[in-house]
Amino acid sequence: MAVAALRVVEHNATYYRRTWRGSVVLTFLSPVLFLAAMGLGLGGMIDRAAPGALSGVSYAAFLAPGLLAAQAMNTGTFESTYPIMSRILWRRTYHAVLATPLSVRDLLAGELAWISLRLLMMAAAFLAVMLLFGVVRSPLVVLAVPAAVLTGLAFAACVTAFTATQTNDSGFSSLFRFVITPLFLFSGTFFPIERLPELLRPVAYLTPLYHGVSLTRGLSLGTLDPTGAAIDAAVLAAYAVGGAVAARITLGRALVK
Amino acid sequence: MTSVSPGSGEPTAPLIRARGLTKRFPAITAVDAIDFDVAPGESFGFLGPNGAGKTSTMRMIGCVSPITAGSLRVFGLDPVADGPRIRARLGVVPQSDTLDLELTVRENLVIYGRYFDLSRGEAGRRAAELLDFVQLAERAGDKVEPLSGGMKRRLTIARALINEPDLLLLDEPTTGLDPQARHLLWERLYRLKQRGVTLVLTTHYMDEAEQLCDRLVIMDKARIVAEGSPRALIERYATREVLELRFPAEEWAEMVPGMAEADAGGGPDGRFAGLAERVEVLPDRILLYTADGEAAAVAVHERGLLPESVLVRRSSLEDVFLRLTGRTLVD
Repeated sequence: MAVAALRVVEHNATYYRRTWRGSVVLTFLSPVLFLAAMGLGLGGMIDRAAPGALSGVSYAAFLAPGLLAAQAMNTGTFESTYPIMSRILWRRTYHAVLATPLSVRDLLAGELAWISLRLLMMAAAFLAVMLLFGVVRSPLVVLAVPAAVLTGLAFAACVTAFTATQTNDSGFSSLFRFVITPLFLFSGTFFPIERLPELLRPVAYLTPLYHGVSLTRGLSLGTLDPTGAAIDAAVLAAYAVGGAVAARITLGRALVK
Repeated sequence: MTSVSPGSGEPTAPLIRARGLTKRFPAITAVDAIDFDVAPGESFGFLGPNGAGKTSTMRMIGCVSPITAGSLRVFGLDPVADGPRIRARLGVVPQSDTLDLELTVRENLVIYGRYFDLSRGEAGRRAAELLDFVQLAERAGDKVEPLSGGMKRRLTIARALINEPDLLLLDEPTTGLDPQARHLLWERLYRLKQRGVTLVLTTHYMDEAEQLCDRLVIMDKARIVAEGSPRALIERYATREVLELRFPAEEWAEMVPGMAEADAGGGPDGRFAGLAERVEVLPDRILLYTADGEAAAVAVHERGLLPESVLVRRSSLEDVFLRLTGRTLVD
């Protein structure tokens, strides 16, 4: 299975070689813009108005790892919406792949491996930008890269399962509007979730992005609590595994019938 | 007959053997208990109107659609248990192309070869050979997207050959192509057949079936309604020749009212009784199925009937097809 899955990675990498230029610019530009506008611009005001509100760290240092996790969510989600749907329904290249010895499981493993690789590239670029902005407080921040990959993978697996059930792309706008955007805004990326109304806090605890943010922030600021981190990682892994199991089923239904 | 060893052992063992093969979807039965064998080296066709169950049958043979009932063996193996081993020896040309449009012609082949565990070098070598074979060598470095339909089809066939398959499955290989592209494809497929590749194809083009198939089955409404070589099917279900007559409008309007009832008994009012083995009245013309079209035409004149046009032709697989599957449009 491992070797078969690598063929899918190779296939996607060949494809990516034709299209990487546009996405590389975005990969660097997005963290630069967000950190400049919200970290330095908005953060400068926050730091002056409420010094010490974030236990002594600047708003930019607080925000940056949260944005890293959120960007992982966005990348993992996007990569498993339109590209996957195209390969199932529009270009139908998965049908060609399944005419070879590969199984649906190999195909899925390969796609998730490829998305992990994309997440790794994204997270490494993001970390470089964070270092450039001087918003890192702990050498443990290097572990924020795999933490971001795991966060993105949790989304990629679940969203792939969803994508395989869709017969056109109209469901994606609902996905972004009602799931991804609220998570982006309310999972602790921009403010600690202790600021949320008490009733909503348990909802935030259940979402994968909250745990991703919690992990990357703890690693970047050096405030990591081992037990909390273990729970964060376990929740993300559970989403990734659960999503992959569901995706194996829905992809099978979409392709082998 | 039934081979237990994977295929190659006994020369007489069928490459594909289906017994009571059935595919049901929630809403319809796509394939309803069909039996057929395909021998090694044979070129075998599934003919039928749209929705007859041809593609469903091909997908089951290609191990990408689990069978609902009956049994199916490909290379003597069970598609459920041995899908990957069977697919390793198959080449599949799907009904609609599934190429990577943004990649180059050569990349499409090399990447596909990698799925069959070919080394990059070997995949590249085979890709070059295959591009020569399908006359696309000069487009090797071009992207696929702007290629013509015929070129994409040839590339799809080249891709299906990258693993040097023992069995090539072609689902409507030339639908939508212009005559030049079709003839080039037929010629290439014939060469493959000469090299010993077993071909299984679906088509609704009668000329394609006559060109390519040693043996074929005609499918209609999920079942096999006839089986044999093109020649044998024509002999059994049609006559040697067909006489097609058209009449002037006024005369035709007079003849038509009685036609539905009288059809079987020799055409409108029995005017054509005894002239042919079978008479078929169509909205615009009348067909007389007979061994000798010229003689029938003379006999028509002798009865004082004066058609405005007379055409004698050899009967074709199309006559067989229309007789067995009807003239009603299937959507």
